[in-house]
Amino acid sequence: MKIRVPMDSAAKALGADAVADAITAQAAARGVEVEIIRNGTRGMLWLEPLVEIDVNGVRMGFGPVAPEDVPALLDGKMNGLGPVEDLPFLANQTRLTFARCGVIDPLNLDDYQHHGGLAGLRRALEMTDEDIVAEVTASGLRGRGGAGFPTGIKWNTVREAEAAQKYIVCNADEGDSGTFADRMIMEGDPFTLIEGMAIAGLGVGATRGYVYLRSEYPDAIRVMRAAVKIAQAKGVLGPDVMGSGRAFDMEIREGAGAYVCGEETSLLNSLEGKRGVVRAKPPLPALEGFLGRPTVVNNVISLATVPVIFEKGAEHHASFGVGKSRGTITLQIAGNVKHGGLYETAFGVTLGGVVNDIGGGTASGRPVKAVQVGGPLGAYMPREKFDAPMGYEEFGAEGGLIGHAGLVVFDDTADMLQMARFAMEFCAVESCGKCTPCRIGAVRGVETIDRIAEGDADAAALLTDLCETMTDGSLCALGGFTPYPVMSALTNFPDDFAHRKEAAE
Amino acid sequence: MQPSAPAPSDPELRALISDHLHLEGPLLPMLHAIQRSFGYIPEAAMPLIADALNITRAELHGVISFYHDFRKAPAGRHIVKICRAEACQAVGGNALAQRTLEKLGVDWHGTTINGAVTVEPVYCLGMCACGPAAMVDDRVVARVDAARMDTLLAEVGA
Ligand SMILES: Cc1cc2nc3c(=O)[nH]c(=O)nc-3n(C[C@H](O)[C@H](O)[C@H](O)COP(=O)(O)O)c2cc1C
Ligand code: SF4
Repeated sequence: MKIRVPMDSAAKALGADAVADAITAQAAARGVEVEIIRNGTRGMLWLEPLVEIDVNGVRMGFGPVAPEDVPALLDGKMNGLGPVEDLPFLANQTRLTFARCGVIDPLNLDDYQHHGGLAGLRRALEMTDEDIVAEVTASGLRGRGGAGFPTGIKWNTVREAEAAQKYIVCNADEGDSGTFADRMIMEGDPFTLIEGMAIAGLGVGATRGYVYLRSEYPDAIRVMRAAVKIAQAKGVLGPDVMGSGRAFDMEIREGAGAYVCGEETSLLNSLEGKRGVVRAKPPLPALEGFLGRPTVVNNVISLATVPVIFEKGAEHHASFGVGKSRGTITLQIAGNVKHGGLYETAFGVTLGGVVNDIGGGTASGRPVKAVQVGGPLGAYMPREKFDAPMGYEEFGAEGGLIGHAGLVVFDDTADMLQMARFAMEFCAVESCGKCTPCRIGAVRGVETIDRIAEGDADAAALLTDLCETMTDGSLCALGGFTPYPVMSALTNFPDDFAHRKEAAE
Repeated sequence: MQPSAPAPSDPELRALISDHLHLEGPLLPMLHAIQRSFGYIPEAAMPLIADALNITRAELHGVISFYHDFRKAPAGRHIVKICRAEACQAVGGNALAQRTLEKLGVDWHGTTINGAVTVEPVYCLGMCACGPAAMVDDRVVARVDAARMDTLLAEVGA
């Protein structure tokens, strides 16, 4: 019997290891032979640990499974979910980047190849560097790390730069609350990222790569390190990539718990062993990046989407999406939500569609009050904005920020003044310290919001003014965008900033 | 479990340092390796690292103090990190954190009197669809409620 139990850290955090142990023990007690495969997660987190049993080649789902359920599971007495791939949450997705996640054994390179893996790299090895970059440009891929910068243009700058050594740096700092797509793919399909980085290396003429991976993800670090070792042993990485005579090798580097190190120049300083202070641009990292050399810095999902672009062609990727947002958005539906998880679909779905139709509303069953989109620097969107389409420009026009496409749902018990205060507090804790409006402004911001809470009538105007100063006077988006959550909370939920005052009167 | 801190010896430290000297940007990997061995960055390591990398001790201190992960004094035997970020707040993370701190009689970054546990805030563990989340040493736990937290704390002797 073939049984799959995810080794994704979210599944493990919900008890997957204990379930796998129970299956081994119970199967032995019954004298049944089982092969347990530790796959990645399918991304339906409310069903984890989601166990899949092969029945005549169809993967039948059971979940969430607790260790106590295992006897019934093995005796065929547990109620199942039916074929996993027929579950609407999964069946309705368009999985390009995440096509293999949850399907394959993450550390089995043969399994990876049977599902289309390395086809993109093989194709890229037959192409000139110029054609590789042109393919990425034609695909319309934009950076999934937050800024949405066209990946092809960035690569071309690095390609044209003259240097003895260039680098591909993968930004796996994923510090935004509400996001876990980077983690999920690194744990569930690590070779995709490796392949994407190798193609990037061929495209721009870089022979070395680094993944800067946050220390809060010990499982992802373990899986990525193991995958790199396998790729090296099998000749996918190294001095002679797949027998082509061309070199590309990479290393996994662990972050040290600083949110700001997700900002690309801070990340590069950190990688060099310095304080993670943000650098002024120019010079662009593309020209003077790691150790002052030309460097591509791309998010995990950007790079992990490259293989499928080369496997299926730029046209295929570009055929999905809306406006200038081509391809798929890897939504991470999080917070107080019934059906939380990873949902990959073409750009263009509406916010309300994601929260209500896909996410099923709140987990608490109470009305949705606000959705923070795009991490701690993203706006709190009220229900009135639920028609906003999720494309970079389209969502921006509604005052939102797609960022890394994480959505955190809050029910009506949320206190938006407290959320605004937290945004300022977070900025104060994580500021790199370079600009005064960010370093000091965020501290003043916390104090000013406390004054609002105490009923000070003038404090709201002061907060607005402070936010303007932060927006105008900050070098990076930590100081510059913290006003998004703060001001969106203040303008969209004025009652939460007034109630204490009225209660006091 | 955090490594119980034996007096770090120079040869051990030197070995950990020289293991990383071939890397491009060796400092962070070096500091992680030292902290993994001793549970913190011992004072005795400072001149050795500064020397090996040809940087000043002030620069080195600047780097260590910049990052939340590095500590210059031993922590409790176990480290419990509780997520304070928005997604966990949306499902009761604040109340869980508050209750835990009160139960242990410590504030953030504090260590219980018996030395068993240091409690640290963490901003996101990537468990945003199954919060509240916490991390006990290297193990992540999700959907933590009060009862689950009590069990975890009991396991680490808090
Ligand atoms: C404070 C701050 C934090 C950031 N955190 C991340 C992060 O965790 N991951 C990421 O990919 N990009 C992050 N970014 C964006 C990066 O600076 C950069 O735009 C991105 O890595 C480029 O890759 P992409 O073009 O593939 O998106 C952050 C930016 C700022 C200002
Ligand atoms: S805005 Fe804040 S985090 Fe960004 S560079 Fe300025 S001080 Fe540093």
